[in-house]
Amino acid sequence: MSASPHGSHPTARTCLVIYAALIVLTGMTILAAFIDLGSLSTPVALSIAGLKAALVGWFFMNLRAERGLTWVYAIAGLLWLAILYGLTLSDYVTRGWLSPLAG
Amino acid sequence: MSEQALAHHFDTIEEQKEASSLGMWVFLVTEVMFFGGVFTAYAIYRHDYFNAFAAASHHLDIALGGINTAVLLTSSLTMVLAVNAAASGSRKALLGFLALTAVLGCVFLGIKAIEYGHKFEDGLFPGPGFRFEGPLARNAELFYIFYFSMTGLHALHMVIGVGLLAWLLALSRRGTFRPGYYTPVEVVGLYWHFVDVIWIFLFPILYLVGRHHGP
Amino acid sequence: MTTRLELSPPPQHYLNWSYTARSWLLSTDHKRIGILYLLSITFFFFIGGAFAVLIRLELMTPAGDLVHSETYNRLFTAHGVIMIFFFLIPSIPAVLGNFLIPLMIGARDLAFPKLNLLSWYIFLAGAAFTMAAVFSGGVDTGWTFYAPYSSVYSNSAVMLTGIGVFITGFSSILTGLNFIVTIHTLRAPGLTWFRLPLFVWAHYATSLIMVLGTPVLAITVALLALERLFGVGVFDPRIGGDPILFQHLFWFYSHPAVYIMILPGMGVVSEIVACFSRKRVFGYSAIALASLAIAVLGFLVWGHHMFVSGQSAYASNIFSILSFLVAIPSAIKVFNWTATFYRGSIAYDTPMLYAFGFIGLFTMGGLTGLFLATLAVDVHVHDTYFIVAHFHYIMVGGMVMAYMGGLHFWWPKITGRMYPEGWAKFAALVIFIGFNLTFFPQFVLGYLGMPRRYHVYPDEFQVLNVMSSAGASILGVGYLIPMIYFVWSIRHAPVASSNPWRAAGLEWQTPSPPPADNFPETPVVETEAYPYSEMEVEVVDV
Repeated sequence: MSASPHGSHPTARTCLVIYAALIVLTGMTILAAFIDLGSLSTPVALSIAGLKAALVGWFFMNLRAERGLTWVYAIAGLLWLAILYGLTLSDYVTRGWLSPLAG
Repeated sequence: MSEQALAHHFDTIEEQKEASSLGMWVFLVTEVMFFGGVFTAYAIYRHDYFNAFAAASHHLDIALGGINTAVLLTSSLTMVLAVNAAASGSRKALLGFLALTAVLGCVFLGIKAIEYGHKFEDGLFPGPGFRFEGPLARNAELFYIFYFSMTGLHALHMVIGVGLLAWLLALSRRGTFRPGYYTPVEVVGLYWHFVDVIWIFLFPILYLVGRHHGP
Repeated sequence: MTTRLELSPPPQHYLNWSYTARSWLLSTDHKRIGILYLLSITFFFFIGGAFAVLIRLELMTPAGDLVHSETYNRLFTAHGVIMIFFFLIPSIPAVLGNFLIPLMIGARDLAFPKLNLLSWYIFLAGAAFTMAAVFSGGVDTGWTFYAPYSSVYSNSAVMLTGIGVFITGFSSILTGLNFIVTIHTLRAPGLTWFRLPLFVWAHYATSLIMVLGTPVLAITVALLALERLFGVGVFDPRIGGDPILFQHLFWFYSHPAVYIMILPGMGVVSEIVACFSRKRVFGYSAIALASLAIAVLGFLVWGHHMFVSGQSAYASNIFSILSFLVAIPSAIKVFNWTATFYRGSIAYDTPMLYAFGFIGLFTMGGLTGLFLATLAVDVHVHDTYFIVAHFHYIMVGGMVMAYMGGLHFWWPKITGRMYPEGWAKFAALVIFIGFNLTFFPQFVLGYLGMPRRYHVYPDEFQVLNVMSSAGASILGVGYLIPMIYFVWSIRHAPVASSNPWRAAGLEWQTPSPPPADNFPETPVVETEAYPYSEMEVEVVDV
């Protein structure tokens, strides 16, 4: 284990544990796809993927040891994606709401 | 010796490393927005045409997709072990893990190529040759445009990643890296992990759509 | 007490240490790269301007008698694409930002000098593709490339232009990335964020937009290109695609892009206003934070370009309200600049004249933006000359004036020579008159109903159109004059001292032109920005 200016890297052991978790989660997401979860299917799949991404980010990309500025940018990326998706969606979801004037 | 790695406009090696790291993170933010655009488009259409997208998705090979996911996750592991090796000055381990990561990346691309081959044979490549049974064919073609665009874009990033790994291997063999300076390894690592994260999302949203409804 | 140094030009500086082509074309010196960009964008400004000349010539008469409609479509598309992507977006950031940011923060270069050079080459590569498209017959879609016309029906060089714009986007992204990392990591000791010149704040905010927005344009153009290439794509209604999705993705970048095209100008204006009022900028923190607010809020308003496209009324309302909000930080800036003038010691040198022009004309353009954010009004004036006038007031009356002001202000620093003040004032006046004569009639034309992108119009609009074209010729002359005297000044004008304006800012603490490494020793900053009231009148010659 050695230190970088931003703090230490995860140990080989930690990396292996996280790797195992990632493989298990991948298995889970495949299994979950075959279970009828109704409207929860997509949120479950995205949550598992989000958790995997978080593990990669936190441990492998060393966000755990990074200072605030890096976090600000990482979060900004996700926030801006949410803006793109959310405001675009606001159009599609409300398209049918206003019916044409009668007569 | 560490002065050689320090560029003239930085005062200390720490400052240079901080700048390189921040630079890569800012670049990854641009990549989030780049992929984000096509993910957003996909999400909108999937919401509108769920049944067609599910039907189209069933033709994707979960086994190959799942194996590829595992391959890429393993390559992220070897990448982070490469960074550790660089940090502790073990040049042989560094070379080994970098090579392994590159090989796994190529395995991923190879499996992808096989998948693409199957899709071409089945007439699922969008365009005049597209064949799909049933009333959902039109929107299914839309799904396959996304499938090829998104995985194609991802594969392009993998190719670039393998190229970067080859560059790191060359630098490593020359003894460029040591515990006081291995920033390029870390920074390429960040890029590699990010490409892995993209696939972490691509796999479920493309391959696992509406699977409980049966084939 | 601050003692200002007046430094004489050093024998060796960034311009004369080598004259070889190799030393210029492979330079990683931010100052040389700024000059490379200056030459490139000036070239593209005149090409874009040439297309404007053709447009205004055609519009002198109501009939479409100079060119065919298809040709006219290609003319205004070329004008838009070139002016936006190859002049306005790079302009202040790539020329003045590149040159000045390291100097203003006491650094020896940007964080990634090689990436900076790469940015310029990428810019040229993108320009090469786009010029190939323009001169092989051009594109007729308008700079907005709306699907499905651009993706399916247009018979013009959409692919080539798309590739060109895609590539150029990376130049923008890398410049923004470089600025962000530089400003975070290379500030001199003592230079805290709230001591930074407002020019730096403005460029930081601009860089955020470049980095967060441009990639979405890239993917949109890529998807468009794929649709064109394969004959089927994600915007194609035949397979369930939605052309309006193209507009969402396109405007997600292209609206913030207009803030890329104004924030740097605002940064320049802050510097000029402070120096020529001999006063610190009123409400420094408000202006700094307003820059960030513009960058953030600017991403929330894109749907105001789509009020009549088929977007839902509910989404349109949301975008309308958000568009009102984004005007607020800009207004804060205008109020604060005005307050800076109050009880200042005003000098009327050319940079200040351009700053005055900016403040007045940007305000007019910005206010008309509020009219356009109002749904009911926009339905009436969308796609008319009202829109054309609105954005030209901001882009030309605002940004280009700021660019001219900045060029004049920092010309002595960049070249070591003073431009001729008399001719410069004259040119500024000609530009101001020409500009207003060109574009004010267009507000009236638009309100009266003349559509944009048409070369045929009803007879009753001719008088206003002729006024506009007359104004354009005056404006053209106004831009030519500085071209001539700037070039002349490099050899023949008086040598400038290190700080001819007695301005505050680290860039003035180094000789004109600066040495290659900017500062012999890294400066240490102990004062707020714009310490004009503390600055000594006494000058020490070194």
